[in-house]
Amino acid sequence: MRRTVRQRLTVLGLTAPAYLWLTVAIFLPLSAMFCFSFLSALPLPGRSVSFTLDNYRTIFSKQLYLINTKRSLLLGLHVTLGCIAIGYPAALALAKYVRGRWREAVFLLIVLPFWSNGLVRTFSWTMVLRKDALLDWFVRLFVPDAPSLDLLFSYPAILIGLIHAYVPYMILTCYVSLQAIDDSLIEAARSLGASAFTAFRRIILPLSLPGLVAGTILIFVPVIGSFMEPEILGGKEAIMLGPIIERQFTASANWPLGAALSFVLLAIVLAIFAATWPFLRPHLRDA
Amino acid sequence: MAKVGVILVRGYLALLLLFLYLPITVMIVMAFNQSALYQMPFVFDLKWFAALQDNQKLLDAGFNTVMIALINTVIATTLGTLAALAFARYSFRGKTLLQLLLFPPITIPWLIIGNSMLVMFYWIYLGRGLHAMLLGHVALSLPYVIIVVGARFRSFGTTLEEAAATLGASPWQAFWRITVPIMAPGMVAAALFAFAVSFDQFVISYFLAAPGVTTLPVEIYTAIRKGYTPEINAISTVIIVVSMGLMLLVSRFYRFGGER
Repeated sequence: MRRTVRQRLTVLGLTAPAYLWLTVAIFLPLSAMFCFSFLSALPLPGRSVSFTLDNYRTIFSKQLYLINTKRSLLLGLHVTLGCIAIGYPAALALAKYVRGRWREAVFLLIVLPFWSNGLVRTFSWTMVLRKDALLDWFVRLFVPDAPSLDLLFSYPAILIGLIHAYVPYMILTCYVSLQAIDDSLIEAARSLGASAFTAFRRIILPLSLPGLVAGTILIFVPVIGSFMEPEILGGKEAIMLGPIIERQFTASANWPLGAALSFVLLAIVLAIFAATWPFLRPHLRDA
Repeated sequence: MAKVGVILVRGYLALLLLFLYLPITVMIVMAFNQSALYQMPFVFDLKWFAALQDNQKLLDAGFNTVMIALINTVIATTLGTLAALAFARYSFRGKTLLQLLLFPPITIPWLIIGNSMLVMFYWIYLGRGLHAMLLGHVALSLPYVIIVVGARFRSFGTTLEEAAATLGASPWQAFWRITVPIMAPGMVAAALFAFAVSFDQFVISYFLAAPGVTTLPVEIYTAIRKGYTPEINAISTVIIVVSMGLMLLVSRFYRFGGER
């Protein structure tokens, strides 16, 4: 009996500092913002404010916010598809066709920029996409008189920047599930007469689905909440939830509306997590 | 595999790496180019780096960035290691819940977390500034520290400590002579990670920066929005070198993406 009490105290002492910190800096603020989203105005000293549903009413009735939400979801979809198209083959190549030191080296080179400064990487794309910069120079190697593509401040620019930022996630998650597939399964299928494509479709693809889903979530969620990349690379094309939320807290200082918008975004995020929980669960375990 | 296949696989991976590194390379090259308008031909010049020394705003922001990152590293590594120790060595009610609570700070978009902090800190009269940023950075680093240190704990288990106990070591001796040396690499990796999380953090700092009190990423963002200058390239080069160097160091202690 005494032992369990002592153990409980030890556990409490070890975990309390970290979780107290998380409570003050993450969980309480999220709750505070939830309250804020129902306020009629920013509560300044001497100003009376009331609780209201108006912020949410505004969001669901005005075309502007619906368009922004739709464009955010579309952006998430496009970036995810781009990451699958580029990342899945790379993960397959790394898991099944590259061995030993080469694999480790390539792997590290893929992960390295991913964990480095995101803002700087986004800025670096402006150097490539600007008018008459590297991209235009490259195109003119083949078509000397080509007009400038002038991609900066366009939707494709946002897309390129975000795919560049998030493709390592897809490679990582797909690699982990592809790596776990026993090669003898594939050999068995082939020796029983399956073509390489059939073996891929019936064995490799289904077995790597958990990695594909995990990668999709890990990319989709931050992309629909991104604001820095769309603003730097998209300019006026940054018509999405992230930038519009950011503006409520900075330029237009309408915090209650910004809080409500944030919660709509959070609700979308939570819905995605809930829908894909069975796929995510094993990944959480080994994290 | 056929020879064509080998060439295909290698070619594809080479293209991928080109895609990943090309923009960064161009950005760095332009930091060393003389032209203020990024014009070619390339003329080597260090003047943009020299200009950084006279930019007091940037120097202040740089000082803030490093200070916050250092304090963040100490606090997050200490608190995180304690929690990881509890998870690894004790089974208790609510453990799964506590572990699950590590994921909101990682998975909820930083934009939401950042402006929640802004709202909350405003409400309790904590305000914005370096203290607010530090509060936020530590909260974001903690889950990473707990995960990285936890992975190290798990790969060892308790056998060594039990052996020490059987051979007559007191719990305190076992802790200092066995647990700490085993944990050291995990803690170093976690500390580097925590430093990088704070050093590279933009979104949270952006919302919590007070007028005139910023960090490097916030300063760079403001400058980018005004227009591009090679000076931005120069400071960005410094940042990317530090941040990639840190991750190279981490990779010596911690394997990304599990087994390889």
